[in-house]
Amino acid sequence: MKTKKNTISATPNVTGSFSSFDFAGKWSTPLFLIVIYVVIGFFIWWLNIPFIEDIFTSSTINLIMVLGFQMYMGNSGILNWSYVGYAGIGAFFSAIFSMDPMLKSMQIPTMYPFLVKLHLPFILALFAGALIATLVAALIAWPLMRLSDSVGAITQFALLIVINVVLSQWSQVTNGPRTFTLGGSRKTTYELVMAVAVLVIIAVFMFKESSLGLKLRATRDDRYAARSSGINFIAVRYVGYVASAFIAGFAGGLYSHYILSITAASFYLSQLFVVLSMLVIGGSMSVSGAFFGTLVVTLARQGLSQVELGLTRSGFEAYGMTEIVVAILMIIFLIWRPNGLTGGRELTLNSFKRLIGKKKLKPTGNRKKMEEII
Amino acid sequence: MNGKILIEFFINVFSMGSLYALIALGLVFVFGICQLINFAYGEFITVSAYILYFVGTFTNLPWPIVFLIAILVGVAVGYISELVAFRPFRGRSLDALLVTSFAISVILQNMFQIGISPRSKPVPVPAVLAQNVNLFGVTTPLRNIVMIITTIVLLVVLTLIMKYTPLGIAMRGASENFVTARLMGVPANQVISVAFIICGFLAGVVAIFWSCRTGSVEPMMGGTPLNIGFIAVVIGGMYSLPGAVAGGYVYAFISNTLSLVLPTTLLSYRDAIMFIIVITFLLLRPEGLIRGSYQEERVG
Repeated sequence: MKTKKNTISATPNVTGSFSSFDFAGKWSTPLFLIVIYVVIGFFIWWLNIPFIEDIFTSSTINLIMVLGFQMYMGNSGILNWSYVGYAGIGAFFSAIFSMDPMLKSMQIPTMYPFLVKLHLPFILALFAGALIATLVAALIAWPLMRLSDSVGAITQFALLIVINVVLSQWSQVTNGPRTFTLGGSRKTTYELVMAVAVLVIIAVFMFKESSLGLKLRATRDDRYAARSSGINFIAVRYVGYVASAFIAGFAGGLYSHYILSITAASFYLSQLFVVLSMLVIGGSMSVSGAFFGTLVVTLARQGLSQVELGLTRSGFEAYGMTEIVVAILMIIFLIWRPNGLTGGRELTLNSFKRLIGKKKLKPTGNRKKMEEII
Repeated sequence: MNGKILIEFFINVFSMGSLYALIALGLVFVFGICQLINFAYGEFITVSAYILYFVGTFTNLPWPIVFLIAILVGVAVGYISELVAFRPFRGRSLDALLVTSFAISVILQNMFQIGISPRSKPVPVPAVLAQNVNLFGVTTPLRNIVMIITTIVLLVVLTLIMKYTPLGIAMRGASENFVTARLMGVPANQVISVAFIICGFLAGVVAIFWSCRTGSVEPMMGGTPLNIGFIAVVIGGMYSLPGAVAGGYVYAFISNTLSLVLPTTLLSYRDAIMFIIVITFLLLRPEGLIRGSYQEERVG
């Protein structure tokens, strides 16, 4: 009787500490990431070198893609090969929506007339492109969510090829195998990508900590146990997959309005490799992993491509060296640190406190011992 | 007239199907034992094709020796990549293995680009293989016939090895249940190495016939045979060797039929249609046409 009372009185305390807004704990992660990101952003804005600003903008688009990639892959544990395909869909459709009808009929004479007439303001076009990517994912994904492991991987890979073939052949929409040129000025600005990246960091983190994200992580850790505790894992995976397709589509739209001429080949295995290497090196299980992976790999890539350029100028053809080094780095990480730089953990205020606390605890412990001895 | 088209169609199906069957077989040997979808398989083929180009262009060795060297290099690449890149991942998650094989494929592709050339190179082919022969009133290049015969011989030899030699029995045991096979004293390293060696060997053979057909080699050429292998393996059955062979022939049949039937505007979507077939197969009959030792892979 007494023990029962004790356990009852003990439980509210535990749940209480969980439900309160734990600011030093998990919720400090997005804050940290945003602060780091914005500081870097403002520093580069202050430097005011166009070359570096361009690198920052294009890396931020990659960051948004990696965050969306993490959102599904990190939480569900399923390698989502088709992800960049949705970025492609978003890129083409947002471009179609935002382009001037006159320009469209000039650039892509084969396009369906009803698509030529469409015209939306830029921001709305981005959303429309992302929504079409989401719609495509929502229409085809449901039956695919049952598949896990190697069967699931092959299915997603096959889906990527299907999307790529359709994008590269449908001349009435994407200008077929020819380059799709947007024309006009660059609409994806420095400020815009920064704002989007901050929002996406928050969104991806909220998703991870929501009940849906928790369920998805449960299906990752033990499919059968999750199912027996009443999680409809197909539905959970489905929502995660479709939501990540939305972010992919949005990032794709930003990309096409930044680079201004795209082909279906821009959204295929080489881009997938870029995104995958960032997530794997950072650590796919955490949002911090996606962030720091992007940061590290971007720095490595930029450094290496300068070396590459130098070598090529001195007469030694070295295009492709970057890819080799990043690939080797990825394999090394997978062997010795399979959970990436962050080890699957998030960066929080508590983790800092713990670091500092450890150093402070040691001397006090010693003093206590000394006092006891005296 | 109509009969002639039919004969031509079937010769095409059988010769291409033989090639596809060999491609699929290379994938299945590794998949059956390690559960690894070897994305680097296409690049194994590219390596052998490059060897054909180098040895065939710059030396005057007789053809059989050139072919032999290409196949041996394929074997070496298979074995070395197993040692260096796949062995550290034994017992790790499937995704880690998959990502590794993808990374190796990227590394090899870029090495070809840097080391050799991003542009395609012509591969010299023995004139005998390109000669036309008359079969049932239909003219066809001799290489088609050679391809069919080679495949049949290889299939018979491989079947005999798998059925009767201790190594073959050990490999079949390992593909049924790797853990139990190890408990029974099957040496894991040896079995997996042999699987990769056979994979490399088949890649070498495929490279010879593939470059005979296309007549050139370039860094990215591995993608097409890899995709074909995927489709054939999924259709046929991922856990059974006869299934992979059947899948190769079925793929050739479907793709030739599509080329005949589809209107020209839709022809460029043939690959997409093939992969939609793959997805459908995975959803409705994930064990493939021929059921191997299918393991629980999905829930729901």
